[in-house]
Amino acid sequence: MKMKFSDRLFGWINAFLLLLFTLIILYPIYYMFIVSISGSGPVMRAEVSIIPLEPTLDAYRVILGFNSFLRSYCNTIFYTVAGTLVNLFMTALCAYPLSRSDLYGRSAITVFIVIATVFDAGMIPGFMLVNSLHLRNTIWAILLPGAISGYNMILMRTFFQNIPVDLIEAARIDGASEKRIVAQIILPLSKPIFASLALMYAVGHWNSYLPPLLYLDDKKLYPLQLILRNVVISSELSELSGGMSAYSVNPLNIKYAVIFVSILPIICVYPFIQKYFEKGIMIGSLKG
Amino acid sequence: MKRSESIEEKKLTVRQKIWKNKELYSLLLLPILYFTIFRYGTFVWLSIAFKDFTLGKTLFTAEWVGFKHFRSFLEDPYFWNLIGNTLTLSVLLLIFSFPFTIILALMINEVHNKAGKKLVQSISYLPHFFSTVVVCGMVVNLLSTDGLINNLLSMLGLSKIPFMTSLGWFRPIYVISDIWQSVGWGSIIYIAALSGIDAQLYEAAVLDGASRWKQILHISIPGILPVISIQFLLRLGGIINIGYEKILLLYNGSTMPVADVISTYVYRRGLMGTDYSYGTAVGLFQTVIGLILMASANQIVKKLDAASLW
Repeated sequence: MKMKFSDRLFGWINAFLLLLFTLIILYPIYYMFIVSISGSGPVMRAEVSIIPLEPTLDAYRVILGFNSFLRSYCNTIFYTVAGTLVNLFMTALCAYPLSRSDLYGRSAITVFIVIATVFDAGMIPGFMLVNSLHLRNTIWAILLPGAISGYNMILMRTFFQNIPVDLIEAARIDGASEKRIVAQIILPLSKPIFASLALMYAVGHWNSYLPPLLYLDDKKLYPLQLILRNVVISSELSELSGGMSAYSVNPLNIKYAVIFVSILPIICVYPFIQKYFEKGIMIGSLKG
Repeated sequence: MKRSESIEEKKLTVRQKIWKNKELYSLLLLPILYFTIFRYGTFVWLSIAFKDFTLGKTLFTAEWVGFKHFRSFLEDPYFWNLIGNTLTLSVLLLIFSFPFTIILALMINEVHNKAGKKLVQSISYLPHFFSTVVVCGMVVNLLSTDGLINNLLSMLGLSKIPFMTSLGWFRPIYVISDIWQSVGWGSIIYIAALSGIDAQLYEAAVLDGASRWKQILHISIPGILPVISIQFLLRLGGIINIGYEKILLLYNGSTMPVADVISTYVYRRGLMGTDYSYGTAVGLFQTVIGLILMASANQIVKKLDAASLW
């Protein structure tokens, strides 16, 4: 059926507005990138707008020469990998038993966890606890306090619950031990939920800013986000160079280069994240 | 066979039931230890809200002072300032960010080209995955006196605006950057709800000669109204819990009068100022009010006979 002119016009206007919207989302990101690879001169004269001018990688060369930046980048990679492994291990450990309907006291344990998840004691009690356990200024302050997200645990539990009981029963009749059931039936079937929770946790670690701000004073342990804040928001460029602040490169180039390098991994894994996250949010909202 | 088994199951004593699943319980040991130490452990520290916890005191030696810190917070004239700022920011998000999410979902739903739809969605979600520091860093630098926006203004012959230090600009900046970062992601739930509307309704409307605009008004919007009202109520329930991460990064001395909210105050006075007891009391006050609001919102949602929060 042919559409009426007014309806086609509607479609065009809609498409045009959405195009505008995507440009508003993308342009600031693109702009930061082209400034970061443009020469200092055009950036100072505010000439860069559509394409990079006098392209150069000087800003990137400068930041790669900064020890504290490289160290924080490595720290963040470590926190992300180790933190995500801790998260997945602990979440699975918690979710699997709770997915089993024959577990006595299951609802009591669930209530115990839900209370801990819903009621957040807040910033200062959290700080005092980490302090009293002598975890401040150690990597454990980053890895342990958030080891299990109650919401993610519920997502995983729900996933386990949806694995057909018949499969497990059949294996049990065949004489499979509990360990073998987990290793050979549950885990292989649960790859999707592990993948999506891994991505969720990993992005959280990569972007995490408040826990390190509260729990770390030692600059050697700083993650990328803290260095990023000091450089980009507080404009403490000396932060990077250890006192030396005179270089040939415009500070603005450096700031945008730092931002861009910090979001690069996110942009690279984004296609995968997006797929899994969308699924995750749907599981979450269906199950509630 | 199956039936007799389940009767046998019921006859087991509690001890036998636990023993049967001892392996499962052993798996739970570590998680329960975690929740006990790292979550319930913080609850123990909440007690300092009712004590005078100062330097040299421990959790146990600090003396009880009852509601002293709560009272001094409630009597402080600054209290109303903080509540006002917190609610203003939340309400502004509710007025601007919330409808924008729905409008975006409706617009994306009107794109019939599958690839185009997918592309717009993918682009719109992207900023959701950037850290708060990155988004605030972009905001601060794009709006700085030598940033993109001021360059544009001076190109148009207008005078430059010191966005980050002007009192009037803090709230618009906060809300607009929130829209930029979260509107795409927020629209997912509405797009899903829209895809659940019966296609026959649209077909019938087309036969009746209804324009696409009319279809949106009379089919799409009523179709997702339950989801909209649930989301609205939940947002209303969270009205006092404004995130402080972003404010901490965006505010400064000159915008403090409009930017300071309860949680940033807790950070500054309680943690930076080491006024731990007072800070804990203020934080607890906010948490309790927040929980009451959230629980009421959830009750109303339940009454509306829709899915509950948990």
